[in-house]
Amino acid sequence: MNAFADQLLVLVMLINLVMLGTSRLIFSIRAVAVQGVIIGILPGLIHPFSGHLAAITVVMILAKGVIIPYLISDAVRKAHIRREVEPFIGYVPTLLLGAVFTAFSFVFAEKLPLAPEHQDLLFVPASIATLLTGFLILTTRRKAISQVIGYLVMENGIFVFGLLLTEAMPVMVEAGALLDLLVGIFVMGIVINHISREFSSIDTSRLRALKEE
Amino acid sequence: MLNALVLLPLIGALCAWIIPDNRLRPLVLPVVATVHIILTALLLGNAPPPSPGGWIWLDPLGKIVLLCISLLFAVCAFYAVGYLSYRQERSNRVLCMGLLVCLSAMGTVTITQHLGLLWVALETTTVSMAPLIYFNHNARSIEATWKYLLLCSVGIGLALLGLLFLAYSTYVAHHDATLLLAPLMSSARDLNPAWLHAATIFLLVGYGTKMGLAPLHAWKPDAYGEAPGLVGALLAGGLVNCAFLAILRVYQICLASGTEILFFKQALLGMGLVSMAFAAVFMARQADFKRMLAYSSVEHVGILAIGLGLGKGALYGALFHLLNNGLTKGVLFLSSGNIHRSYSNKTTDVVKGALTRLPWSGGLFLAGFIAITGSPPFSPFISEYTIVSSAFIDGHYWVGGLFLFFLVVVFIGMALTVLPMVMGAPPTDIAPSDYEDRLLTVGPPLFMMMIILVLGVWPPEFLVTLLIDGAAMLGVQP
Repeated sequence: MNAFADQLLVLVMLINLVMLGTSRLIFSIRAVAVQGVIIGILPGLIHPFSGHLAAITVVMILAKGVIIPYLISDAVRKAHIRREVEPFIGYVPTLLLGAVFTAFSFVFAEKLPLAPEHQDLLFVPASIATLLTGFLILTTRRKAISQVIGYLVMENGIFVFGLLLTEAMPVMVEAGALLDLLVGIFVMGIVINHISREFSSIDTSRLRALKEE
Repeated sequence: MLNALVLLPLIGALCAWIIPDNRLRPLVLPVVATVHIILTALLLGNAPPPSPGGWIWLDPLGKIVLLCISLLFAVCAFYAVGYLSYRQERSNRVLCMGLLVCLSAMGTVTITQHLGLLWVALETTTVSMAPLIYFNHNARSIEATWKYLLLCSVGIGLALLGLLFLAYSTYVAHHDATLLLAPLMSSARDLNPAWLHAATIFLLVGYGTKMGLAPLHAWKPDAYGEAPGLVGALLAGGLVNCAFLAILRVYQICLASGTEILFFKQALLGMGLVSMAFAAVFMARQADFKRMLAYSSVEHVGILAIGLGLGKGALYGALFHLLNNGLTKGVLFLSSGNIHRSYSNKTTDVVKGALTRLPWSGGLFLAGFIAITGSPPFSPFISEYTIVSSAFIDGHYWVGGLFLFFLVVVFIGMALTVLPMVMGAPPTDIAPSDYEDRLLTVGPPLFMMMIILVLGVWPPEFLVTLLIDGAAMLGVQP
C-alpha cells in the first residue's frame, strides 16, 4: 500500500505544478478539489481501518472535494471572472520556482527523521512542496480568488503532513480545524463578493488605498 | 464553571441573533459581560483542578490573560451600547454576534491546556473578528478586512504545521502523539531536536503573525485603522494577548526541553527589537491617529517579546505589561473612536483641539498617551521599568540601551501626533456632529483609566501573587 500512497503523493506534487502554470480559475479550483480528494483517500492507505478513519475520509472528501470548491466557484460565478490576468510574476518563472521549491523540500525532508514505519514515504517533501506552492500562488497572483486558492493549496500541504498523525489526533481537534477552514473560506467568499461590488473587480492590486505615504 | 465561560457568550450570541430590534440588541453585550466578569472573579479566587483528561485547566498564565480579556470586554460592552446608539442606520446584528463568539473563543484560549484546541479557538477569534473590521462597509474597510483575513489565516496555518511537527516529534520519541501541555513538557527532553526546532520556528512565525510582531505585522495598521474603535480595542487588547498566551505555551515547552529555549529567546529578542524599531520609524509623522495606535501596538508586542526573551526578572514585567498594554490600548481606542465620531475624520489635518471640543474624550486620549508611553504614575511605567532594569541587571546592555532608545523615539513620534490633536483650538470650518460625550461613551474608558492608575500606584495583593505564580511557570524561581 505504501507504494500506492507514494504515487498519490507524487500526483499531489504534480497538481501543484499544474496549478502554477494555469491562468484559468475554474481549472485551478478543480485541481485543488482533486488534490483535496487525494488527501482524503490517503489516510486509509497508511493506517489500519477504523471508524474514526472512515469518518475522516468522508468528511475530508466532502469538505475539500465538494463544499469548498463549490463555495469558491460560486464566488467566481458571481464576480464574472474566468482568468487570472497578469500575475506579478509570470507563469513560466513561477513554474520554475515551483520546481526549485519542490527540490528544496526534498533536501529539507532529509533533515527530519521519520518514525521507522513511515520511513520511505514522501509525506514530508510533498507537504513542504505543497505549502510552498500555496505561498507562491498567494504572493504572485492578483485576483482575490487566486489568493484564496493559494491559501487552500497551503492548507492542503499542512493536511498532507497531518495525515501521518490521523490516528493519534483527537477527533475534536481535527473537526475543529476543518470547520475553521470551512468557515474561513466562507467568509473569504463573502468578502470577495463585497470586493467585486465595491471595486467592480476582484483585483487585489486595486486594494492600495491603505499604505504609508 | 469553566464551561460557562465558553457557553455563556455563545448563548448571548444566539440571543443577539434572535432579537430583531436594533436598539435592544446591544443590551445583550453588557449583560453577558457582567456575568462573565463575575465568573472570572470567582475563577480567579478559586480555580477548579485540571479536568480528568488534562485538557481544561485555568493555570496562572491563563488567569492573567482571562482577567485582561474579561475586564476589557466588559468596558467595551458598556461602551458599545453608547456607540451603537449613534450608528442606528446600520444593523448591528453581525457586530454583536461577532463580539460574543470572539469572547467565547478567547475564553477557550485561556482555559485549555491542549495546544490543538488552543489553535482552533485562536483561529475562531480570527474569523469571528473579520466581519467586525468590515463594519463600516466601505472600500477602505474591505481592503483592511481582506489583508487581515488572508495574512492571519496564513499565519495561523503555519502555526498548525508547527503543531503537527510538535505532535510528530512526540510520536517519533515514544509512539504516542500528544499535544497536551503536561506530557509534552515532561517528555520534552527526549524529543528529536530537529523536529522540535522546526516546530518552534513555524509556531513562532505563525503566532507571531497573529500577534503582529514585526516583520509580520503588515495587516495591523490597516485593520486597526479601519475597524470601529471598540473592535480595535478588542483586537489590540484581546486577540494580541491570546496569541501571546499561545507563544507562552511554546515557551514553556522550549523551557522544558532545556536546549531549544536558547534559540527561542534569541528569536524573541530579535523580533521584539525589530518591532520596536519599525514602530519608532513609522510612528513619526503619522497623520492618521488610529494607524498610529496600530504602530503603538506593534511596539508593545515587541516589548512583550523582549520581556519574554530576556527571561528571569523581566518575565514578571512581561506578564504585567500584557495586562497594562491591553487595558491602556482599550482606553486609547475607545477615546479615539469618540474623537473620530465627533470630527468624522481621523487625520491630524482636521482633528485639532480635541480637548476643547470633547474635554472628556480628548482628556482620556491624552492620559492614555501618557500612560502607554511609560510615564509614571500609570502601570505601564512599572512593567516597562521592570523589563528594562532586568535587562541591565542581567548584563544585556545592548538590549536595554536599544529598548530605552526606541521608547524615547516612540514617545517623541507619538507626541508629535497626539499633542496637536488635543491641544489648540478646534477648526471652525467643520460641520457640527451629532456626537457629544455621554456617560456610556466616556464612563467605560474612564473606569479603565482609573484601573490603570490604581495598578500603577498600588497593585493589589492578589494580582502580584498571580503574576509571581505566572512567572514561576515560565522558569523563574519564586
